[in-house]
Amino acid sequence: MSTAAQRFLQDAAVKSADLMHREVIRRGMDSYDAAHLKGRARIKDWEAARQKCQEIKREAINHLDRYLLQFEEKVIARGGHVYWAANSEEACSYVKNLAARFGVRTVVKSKSMVTEEIHLSPALEQAGIKVWETDLGEFIVQLRNEPPYHIVTPAMHLNRGQIAQLFREKLDPAIASDDPRDLMAVARRKLREAFFAAEMGISGANFLVADAGVIAISTNEGNGRLCTSLPRIHVVVTGIEKVIPRLEDLAVLWPVLATSGTGQGITTYGTLIGGPRRAGEVDGAEEFHVVLVDNGRSQLLADAEQREVLHCIRCGACLNICPVFRHVGGHTYGTTYPGPIGSVLTPHLNSIKEFKHLSYASSLCGACTSVCPVKINLHHHLLQNRRNATEAGATKSSERMMFRAWRSAMLHPRIYALGGWSMRKALRILYGLGLAGSILDPMRVWNRYRSPVPLPSESFRAIWRKDRKQDRRKNLGAN
Amino acid sequence: MQRKVSLFIPCFVDQLLPQVAVDTVKVLRRLGYGVDYPEDQTCCGQPAFNTGYWDEARPCAEHFVRVFKHADAVVCPSGSCATMVRTFYADLLASSSLREDALALASRTFELSEFLVKVAAVTQVGATFPHTVTYHASCHGLRELKLRDEPLQLLRQVNGLTLIEMVRSEECCGFGGTFAAKFPDISGAMGNSKAENVAATGAEFVTAIDPSCLLHLEGILGKRQAPTRTIHLASILAHESRTNEAQKDESLPQERP
Repeated sequence: MSTAAQRFLQDAAVKSADLMHREVIRRGMDSYDAAHLKGRARIKDWEAARQKCQEIKREAINHLDRYLLQFEEKVIARGGHVYWAANSEEACSYVKNLAARFGVRTVVKSKSMVTEEIHLSPALEQAGIKVWETDLGEFIVQLRNEPPYHIVTPAMHLNRGQIAQLFREKLDPAIASDDPRDLMAVARRKLREAFFAAEMGISGANFLVADAGVIAISTNEGNGRLCTSLPRIHVVVTGIEKVIPRLEDLAVLWPVLATSGTGQGITTYGTLIGGPRRAGEVDGAEEFHVVLVDNGRSQLLADAEQREVLHCIRCGACLNICPVFRHVGGHTYGTTYPGPIGSVLTPHLNSIKEFKHLSYASSLCGACTSVCPVKINLHHHLLQNRRNATEAGATKSSERMMFRAWRSAMLHPRIYALGGWSMRKALRILYGLGLAGSILDPMRVWNRYRSPVPLPSESFRAIWRKDRKQDRRKNLGAN
Repeated sequence: MQRKVSLFIPCFVDQLLPQVAVDTVKVLRRLGYGVDYPEDQTCCGQPAFNTGYWDEARPCAEHFVRVFKHADAVVCPSGSCATMVRTFYADLLASSSLREDALALASRTFELSEFLVKVAAVTQVGATFPHTVTYHASCHGLRELKLRDEPLQLLRQVNGLTLIEMVRSEECCGFGGTFAAKFPDISGAMGNSKAENVAATGAEFVTAIDPSCLLHLEGILGKRQAPTRTIHLASILAHESRTNEAQKDESLPQERP
C-alpha cells in the first residue's frame, strides 16, 4: 500500500468518527444545498444549460491546440506574454525569475487552485518573497499553514470561534469579537497594506477566452481586481484546459459556474483582462504574463476514454454532494483537488500507483455525476481508473488471486452453490460459538460496524428446486 | 398465452436473502406472470468489475449472457445488479463475441419496480401492509436506471401502508460493494448517518429496491439496536392481509434478539 493510501485510511478513520467535524460540514453543506437548489430554479432549463456547457467544453478540449494558439496570439498582440510550462518546475521557475528580474519582494495572490497544484507559494517564499493570499478563506488557511480544505470554500471546516482565535494569535491579540463582520474588517485592514506594498499580483483564471484573447475571473470579494490592477506585474497561472472558444460562451458558463459553486446567479465580480495597461488607461498592470500549465493534462488529453475530465470548471459541486467527502472532509484526501474530481484527476496528474486508492474510496453512488455542470461522468471514470490500476499491476496480488478463484467458482454453478452453502454453514458454526468479530471470522471487517449477516439454512436455488420437485408451488405463491 | 419472465436473482440474494427472491416470485405470479428461474445463473460479475478486475468479470458476464440469452424479459429485485447488465455490460463486453447478445439482453433486463410500473403498467399489486414505512432511494436504481418515482408509486398503492419521507433519502447508504470492505470506517460512518435519518422518521420499516443497501443497513441498525427494520420492496408487495389480527405475523422480519 502506498504511503498516501495509508495516510488516507488513517485520516479517514479519524475524521469519519469526528462528529464535531461532521456537524460543521453538514451545516456548511446544508446552506450550500439550499442556495444551489434555489440557484438552479432561477435557470429556466438547467439540463439544457448543462448540455450547452458540456458542448462548449467538449469543443474547446477537442481543439485545445487551436484555441490556445488563438488566445496566445491575441495576448501577445496587446503586449502581454505567454509562457507554456510543461510541469510545476517550469511554471514556478518562470514566475520566480520574473520576480527576480523586477525585484519583487511582496506578492499578492487571488484564489487559484493551479498555484496550489504546482506549489508556487512555497517556491516564491524560498526565494525570500513574501506571499499573501487575499481571498479571505485562503488567507485563513494560509495563516494556519494548511492547504485549502475545499476548492471553492477553502476554510469551510472552521467556525468563527476558531477563526477569531487564529486572528488573535496571528494578527492582533486585542480582537475580542467573533462576529464575522469584525473579523473580515481585521483581515481587510491587513490585506490592504499588502495590496499597496505588492509589486506582483498572481491570479488564476476561470476561463481563457480564445476569440477575445482575454482571461475571465469570477470572484466575490473584490480581491481579484485589486491583485490584478494594483501591482506593477500581473501573472496569470492557469491550466491549459481552461480555454473556451468564444466570449459569448461566458453567457452560459458564468451563471452555471456561479450556480454550481455557491448558488449565486452570478458571482459579484466578473473580470476580463487581455493584456497590460495601454497608453491612456488609468489602471492595470504594466506587465501581463500568462503561464499556461500542462503538468500532465496533455497526457489526459491523449486518453480518448477519459479526456472529458478536462472539461472540469472547478465549481466544487461534486465535492459538496459527495457523501464520502462529507464524511472524511477535504484534507483527508491529501491532494490539491479533493472529492470526486480529485479522485478521478489525481492518479492522472500524479501517479496511479500512489493515488489509485482514491478511485476506490467511493461507493460509486453517482451523485457527483448527477450534479456536474459540464456532465463529466465522474463515477464511470472512477471505474476506469480502477481498471487501469489493475491492468497496470498496481493492485495486491492476493486480491487478484481472490478474484481469479471467484471467477472459477462463478463459471461453475455447482461449485458456486456448494461454496455458498459451506460458507453459510461455517459462519453459522463460528457464530454459534460466539466467535463473530474474532480473528477467525472472515466477516470481521463487516462486523466491526454491523451486526452479522443473516445465514439462512437454504439458498433460494435450493428452495426453488425443492418447490419444483414436490410440484408444490404454493410456497412461492402460485394459485 | 401466459406472459413469461426469467428471474435474475443476485448471488448474495440467493445465498443470504432468499426471502426477497421468494417474494419477487409471489408478486409476479400474483400478477399472472409465468416465472422461470434459470438455475445455471451465478453472479453478474459486478464485484470484480467494480474492483477493476474486468478480465475476471468478463467471463462471468459472458456466462450470464449465455444463461439468459433466450429469456423474453429478465426481472431482477436489485437496481444495482440490473444496472450491471443494463449499463455496464456494454463497456465490459465491448470486444466480446457476445456483445450483440449482451446489448439485446440489456434492453430486456429490468429492475422489479421498473418492470411492474413501466412494462407491466401496474401500480396496484394487491398488497396489504399496515405499517409505517420510509423509503431509501438506492443509488444505482435512482441514478443509473433513473427510477425515482416508480418504487414510490407502488408503495403508495399498498393498502394500509403509511409512507414517511426521510431527509436525504437520495444520499448513499455507504454500502458500495467492495467499498465497504476496503474502507470500513467511511462505509460505517455513512451507514450510521443514514441510520440517523431513518430513525428520525420513526417508521417501523425502511425499504429500498436494492437488497445490498438493506443488508448493510440492517447490519448497521442491528448494531445500533435501532427499532426500525429493513424490508425489501418485493416483500412489502408480496405481503397480503393477515388472516388473524391477534396472531403474530411470521412472514415479517421479527424483532431483533
